Amino acid sequence: MTKIVIVGNGMVSYKLCEKLIEKNTSASITVIGEEPRPAYDRVHLSAYFEDENAEKLSMASRDWYKGNGINLITSEKVSLINREQQTITTHTNSTYSYDYLVLATGSSAFVPPIKGVDKKGVFVYRTIEDLELMMAYGKKAKSAAVLGGGLLGLEAAKAAIDMKLKTSVVEFAPRLMPRQIDEVGGDLLKSKMEGIGIDVLLGKATSEIVGDDVMTGLSFSDDTALNVDMLIISAGIRPRDELGKAADIKTAERGGFVVNSLMQTNDEKIFAIGECASYENMIYGLVAPGYDMAEVVAEQIANENKEYTFEGCDMSTKLKLIGVDVASFGDPFCENIPHFPITINDQQNGIYKRINISEDGSKLLGGILIGDAEDYNMLHQMFINEMALPPHPQDLIIKSTGDGGAAIGVDALPDTAQVCSCENVTKGDICCSIKDDGVTDINGIKKATKAGTGCGGCMPMVNNILEDTLQKMGTVIRKEICEHFTYTRQEMFDLIKVNEIKTYDELLAKYGQGGGCETCKPLVGSLLASIWNDLILKEATIQDTNDRFLANIQKGGSYSVVPRIAGGEITPDKLIVIGEVAKEFDLYTKITGGQRIDLFGAKLNDLPLIWERFIDAGFESGHAYGKSLRTVKSCVGSTWCRFGLHDSVGFAIEIENRYKGLRSPHKLKGGVSGCIRECAEARGKDFGVIATEKGWNLYVGGNGGANPKHAVLLAGDIDKETVIKYIDRYLMFYIKTAEPLQRTAPWLEKLEGGIEYLKQVVVEDSLGIGEQLESDMEVLKAHYSCEWKEAVKNPEIRKRFAHFSNTDQDDPTLKFKRERDQKFPVAW
Amino acid sequence: MTFEHNTLEQVTTWVNAGHVSDFPENGGSTIFHEGDQIAVFNFKVLNKWFATQNLCPHKKQMILSRGIIGTEGETPKVACPYHKKTFSLETGENLNGCEDSIETFPIKIEDDTVFVGLYEKK
Ligand SMILES: Cc1cc2nc3c(=O)[nH]c(=O)nc-3n(C[C@H](O)[C@H](O)[C@H](O)COP(=O)(O)OP(=O)(O)OC[C@H]3O[C@@H](n4cnc5c(N)ncnc54)[C@H](O)[C@@H]3O)c2cc1C
Ligand code: SF4
Ligand code: SF4
Ligand code: FES
Repeated sequence: MTKIVIVGNGMVSYKLCEKLIEKNTSASITVIGEEPRPAYDRVHLSAYFEDENAEKLSMASRDWYKGNGINLITSEKVSLINREQQTITTHTNSTYSYDYLVLATGSSAFVPPIKGVDKKGVFVYRTIEDLELMMAYGKKAKSAAVLGGGLLGLEAAKAAIDMKLKTSVVEFAPRLMPRQIDEVGGDLLKSKMEGIGIDVLLGKATSEIVGDDVMTGLSFSDDTALNVDMLIISAGIRPRDELGKAADIKTAERGGFVVNSLMQTNDEKIFAIGECASYENMIYGLVAPGYDMAEVVAEQIANENKEYTFEGCDMSTKLKLIGVDVASFGDPFCENIPHFPITINDQQNGIYKRINISEDGSKLLGGILIGDAEDYNMLHQMFINEMALPPHPQDLIIKSTGDGGAAIGVDALPDTAQVCSCENVTKGDICCSIKDDGVTDINGIKKATKAGTGCGGCMPMVNNILEDTLQKMGTVIRKEICEHFTYTRQEMFDLIKVNEIKTYDELLAKYGQGGGCETCKPLVGSLLASIWNDLILKEATIQDTNDRFLANIQKGGSYSVVPRIAGGEITPDKLIVIGEVAKEFDLYTKITGGQRIDLFGAKLNDLPLIWERFIDAGFESGHAYGKSLRTVKSCVGSTWCRFGLHDSVGFAIEIENRYKGLRSPHKLKGGVSGCIRECAEARGKDFGVIATEKGWNLYVGGNGGANPKHAVLLAGDIDKETVIKYIDRYLMFYIKTAEPLQRTAPWLEKLEGGIEYLKQVVVEDSLGIGEQLESDMEVLKAHYSCEWKEAVKNPEIRKRFAHFSNTDQDDPTLKFKRERDQKFPVAW
Repeated sequence: MTFEHNTLEQVTTWVNAGHVSDFPENGGSTIFHEGDQIAVFNFKVLNKWFATQNLCPHKKQMILSRGIIGTEGETPKVACPYHKKTFSLETGENLNGCEDSIETFPIKIEDDTVFVGLYEKK
């Protein structure tokens, strides 16, 4: 029987065992590890800080090894290899013989030779024992410094912050994560770190760790110093290749056993895998390449399959630091490679994205994502698979708002695309499990392919592939709302209407299960409002916070106040009231794209007071908080403009007042222009009206936003009454049939038959529902009343706007600064 | 991260949070106690009350009491109004699995008065 001895019992060693078992080798396997417990998930080591639960990190139990006939020996260090006799000896002088020896000794933390590293209070971050020591010491300490501002250093810093220590990161380079991100990104990352309370010291070379027996601080080469109680060193890793020297196994200059693409060292009976292996002068400090190496060795031993070789691996990474999104992939800098970078640098929201496009514009070379790394998986795939870029590569990093499709979908991925890098699962594997094995859900995929069972980073993509594949197979995916209602939005609409249901609780009791959630509650709230146009105040707690408090929540927890200014027309008196109120309540004011004035920075408990003033002055709610009609923008039209054909302002006011308060699947905007010059940008709206010589043209299904879309002509040269009639029908038809949060443009795009079909329904009344739609709209119109008018005069409702239910005081955490003579929220 | 699901044994003071009618049904509101903000939820559908920290760990916003409550399977949860991260009302665990957990506190009703169980911070 072939005898295999594996030195080291880390993640990669475990993976090799798993693969050998899978391949049914009859070999006898012995694993010798120096750590006291069987292999555990080092990648998620930081989770140990949360619950000190080593069990949760475990890759497999001792029973697993035993059950599979593997001889696992822990707390034992291999100290010698005898290549001639093919044996190894441990520190307790036990000897084992092998046919194949696999070195999976990993790395240790690199401790730079700084004076004083041996003092008490200095730690490394590598094993569960390291963490235990650190936590015990941290209980007495007040402050900590982390030496090294790389991926791991930042993770250690987060751990220190969570131990409630005043934390600093000390980095030698002029920026954080110097190997993964560029200067602009580094600056932003620094401010994010500072935002969560971590001090960042850059360009600092530590010259000494000071203190007597116990460390008390650091001194730097620029003669500055830092007083600190403990130090966590995270300055890189050192491959554990110490067994190589005596046995004459070749090691690389920068450490690590030199291996070929079959993971063989210079002795073909001895393999090296994981972080102790140096392939083409490279140490891979990540787990995925290690797993790949394990597969190569398993193939060698089990099937002698010489074809399967290791071909290097890319070093793309995503920081799993809680609360801060950072990722980089491919070549983030492209320093000496001709390329076009595309960047987004959104300081206010703390987002920086950069992608590097090849000179010929054909493919992605690499990139950096900070503040928003949601697109990482897709971009990473595009890079690895050298996929063709969309016509406007900038779409890849500009957020799609759900108004239109994402720039590129999983559909475009080749079958060979590696979706889950931890378990090396390709898109093809996943599709096969769906198509051939009849898997229909995520858990099934996990079971069948193991995708997503490692770090879990690929789950969103796996989900997309699942949906995409099911759809292609013609499996109808019913868009059921959530676990509480097994109905589609349209079915819910009918249920509510036919059964005259008036409250969420009633609907849940009759047709739902469980306790509801943040998906179905606001959706039902919107449906109830669309059908009955009852005051949404009645069941406030099913509404999103904007609807619940009749105001838009802004950064920092304050709210904005938006009175309706129909058509953008306002009297000087009303303007003065707005100014006075803004001054009195210290509100930031801005004229918006919708031709009205938003007032920001209102405290929750001030909202009723502010609105009381506005209601007195004759204002009404602008419904900026709801999925409902926002504004109908207008140009000055024939009243003042020398080109104007008809009164666009008057008509805009009429339309805005007609549909104000109308609840719909998404927000609605309109526009009216006085002539073809289109100064009101009416065709960028859900409905736009443009004056012609003979009357008005009505356009529908347009929007601005991330995926701008021009509205298309529904009817031309019609009179005002007909315009209103058609808008009534169009809006009502949309409200009844759209998906939740689907704006009119994507709705129209998905509507079978498109605009031609819509013309038949609305203009020719082919379904014979025209009159019904109009009268439904009349009912809604008749039920309109201003929510704020109701709220300010009803003491029960006013009570809801108290900040605290047990005291009248303001929220002390609301923070503002002053800029350009106005108040601003502080960034988060 | 310190993840504390405070249990009855740890309670050192029961804070009077107000009359049951001060709290909206099936929603939350905030109470203020010695500088701390605590979100109190009256989960009528389940006939249960819950109390958690008001701070959302995602962007450190004092906001959770204004979130929508509901269930995921058997677990009662609250969704932060900003980015819809959800947290178990029972254990405080982040159900999206990417944020820190939140602190939860025992709660009891006596004679229509709501009490939240706090503990001495070391
Ligand atoms: C805090 C932290 C966060 C990380 N985050 C990520 C991440 O997000 N993504 C990622 O891809 N990677 C991450 N890594 C790196 C990842 O954990 C390693 O790449 C991976 O663990 C390497 O596995 P390995 O089996 O090669 O080595 P190890 O896991 O180091 O295992 C080697 C084992 O061999 C033992 N050993 C060594 N010499 C001997 C000997 N002579 N005799 C007996 N036993 C011996 C060691 O004690 C050790 O237990 C992280 C690492 C840390 C520490
Ligand atoms: S759209 Fe025509 S009428 Fe209106 S402002 Fe422009 S030019 Fe004048
Ligand atoms: S474009 Fe709209 S969503 Fe974006 S920052 Fe401006 S107001 Fe906000
Ligand atoms: S602040 Fe709570 S989810 Fe973002």
